[in-house]
Amino acid sequence: MTAPTDFTIAGARAALDARRISAVELTRAHLDAVEQLNPRLNAYITITPEVALAQAAAADAAIARGEAGPLSGIPLAIKDLFCTAGIRTTAASRILGDFVPPYESTVTTKLLQDGAVFLGKANLDEFAMGSSNLSSAFGGVENPWKRAGAPETVLVPGGSSGGSAAAVAARLALGATATDTGGSIRQPAAFCGVTGIKPTYGRCSRYGIIAYASSLDQAGPVARTVEDCAILLRSMSGFDPKDSTSANRAVPDFAAAVARGVKGLRIGIPREYRVEGLSPEIDALWQQGMDWLKAEGAELVEISLPHTRHALATYYIVAPAEASSNLARYDGVRFGLREDGKDLKDLYERSRAAGFGAEVKRRILVGTYVLSAGYYDAYYVKAQQVRALIKRDFDQAWEKVDAILTPATPTAAFGRDETQDDPVAMYLNDVFTITANLAGIPGMALPAGLDAQGLPLGLQILGRPFDEETLFAIGGAIERAADFKATPAVRAAA
Amino acid sequence: MSLDTATVRRVASLARLRVEEQDLPRLETELNGILGWIEQLQAVDTTGVEPMAGGGAESLRMREDQVTDGGQQQAVLANAPDRADAFFAVPKVVE
Repeated sequence: MTAPTDFTIAGARAALDARRISAVELTRAHLDAVEQLNPRLNAYITITPEVALAQAAAADAAIARGEAGPLSGIPLAIKDLFCTAGIRTTAASRILGDFVPPYESTVTTKLLQDGAVFLGKANLDEFAMGSSNLSSAFGGVENPWKRAGAPETVLVPGGSSGGSAAAVAARLALGATATDTGGSIRQPAAFCGVTGIKPTYGRCSRYGIIAYASSLDQAGPVARTVEDCAILLRSMSGFDPKDSTSANRAVPDFAAAVARGVKGLRIGIPREYRVEGLSPEIDALWQQGMDWLKAEGAELVEISLPHTRHALATYYIVAPAEASSNLARYDGVRFGLREDGKDLKDLYERSRAAGFGAEVKRRILVGTYVLSAGYYDAYYVKAQQVRALIKRDFDQAWEKVDAILTPATPTAAFGRDETQDDPVAMYLNDVFTITANLAGIPGMALPAGLDAQGLPLGLQILGRPFDEETLFAIGGAIERAADFKATPAVRAAA
Repeated sequence: MSLDTATVRRVASLARLRVEEQDLPRLETELNGILGWIEQLQAVDTTGVEPMAGGGAESLRMREDQVTDGGQQQAVLANAPDRADAFFAVPKVVE
């Protein structure tokens, strides 16, 4: 029999409904795994066993009554950026170290309505700013994967949703919520050998998600299969009057698209994504992905996205500008950390200096500068114009193709001690993922192979706005062709 | 465009971030590295391009101008670092 922690969400649903396992047993198996491995991996900031077991008992009762929801009894990790009523929510920052939200985010409300069990709050880069999880005030997350022959080398899980991706990879949850502002779902999914999707901007409500860059932030799921991501995304999506940018559109049955196939689809291959520094193994995997889709009846079309090379610089104006505005609310007065000062301004300055980490401060300062009098047009308006050109590149591509295939990241996971001190070098991790946020389009990353050192490598699929179903169809085809069965060195015992 | 120490100090003050004098040179170097790199955008021809604000293609909707929430005084104050009765408390701001 499958170990409970090795279930897919779809498999666990079938087992729960057939009473082969109870929700309490499934939850307890995950809590045991978390207790055993989290001290090492640090994938969770907060673990909530009592809440989880109560939710599991309620799920068992619902199943017994024949009233099971799509996620009844499914144990999940919740990125600690989603407000959870009565449960500490930190954004991995000292400034929110003791913050207990009095309200629940819309996405987690929907998951609870569908019966999900919340094991705890997953670690992340502070305020979701980072690509390594090393900026968390609660310590970095260890990637459960190891290079062959180097079990001592600690690799990063990627970021910012590194705790979510590591928890799912190590079997410390069947799935997780995550958020993606420049690649924060897709890059950690690729580094940890799991699947993640950032849906179209507006698909999931941002209400109750601690804001980083509001015009780029989107929630999405991380799970171990394409179908599991489809199941979670359906529960997480939907119109919400509490988010002014929430899209009032029907939510399709994403899971039904997974088996659809790719016959006749036109897949774009953007020539600008052959960037300098791309690992030869990732280049080869990209070619492999093209061959798989061609063999399944898709047509490959070379396309051009000429403004891609300016996407990172555009992002690093737009995102810090929005962050400097969003993070102005942390003032030491209404909630969060306070450091006393001689007057109100001194209190603000001391509280914010003590509460924010180095990367957050850097981005607040960059954002404040590009929005300041005299520089607003030269930096911020210019970046908004280039953003419009990046979006236009995609709009033109959709006239020729149905979706786009790219690598997910330029390299496999790197070592905790191999990270660059140069912030700009660190930003290059997001070179393939960042355009989707700027253009507001959906993107999926999924594992497609291993490198020579045994680390997972991911492919990315980009699609038209609100056409996540095509991503699920292509992801399903790649998943079947890749038949990715490798598991990380550190995981719950089978 | 390059930032000098005085500008970094001014931006930090605008951002309400206390920065110690000894940290200014490091921040100056880091910020100039980032700003020097994003300078590349000046080379892009954006003549006549409408700036893209917001992430969605759909226009923001209007709603009725009516109260939809409220009466949450205790919830609003629940995380206050310091409070006096039903108010947030701060150091004296008016002499």
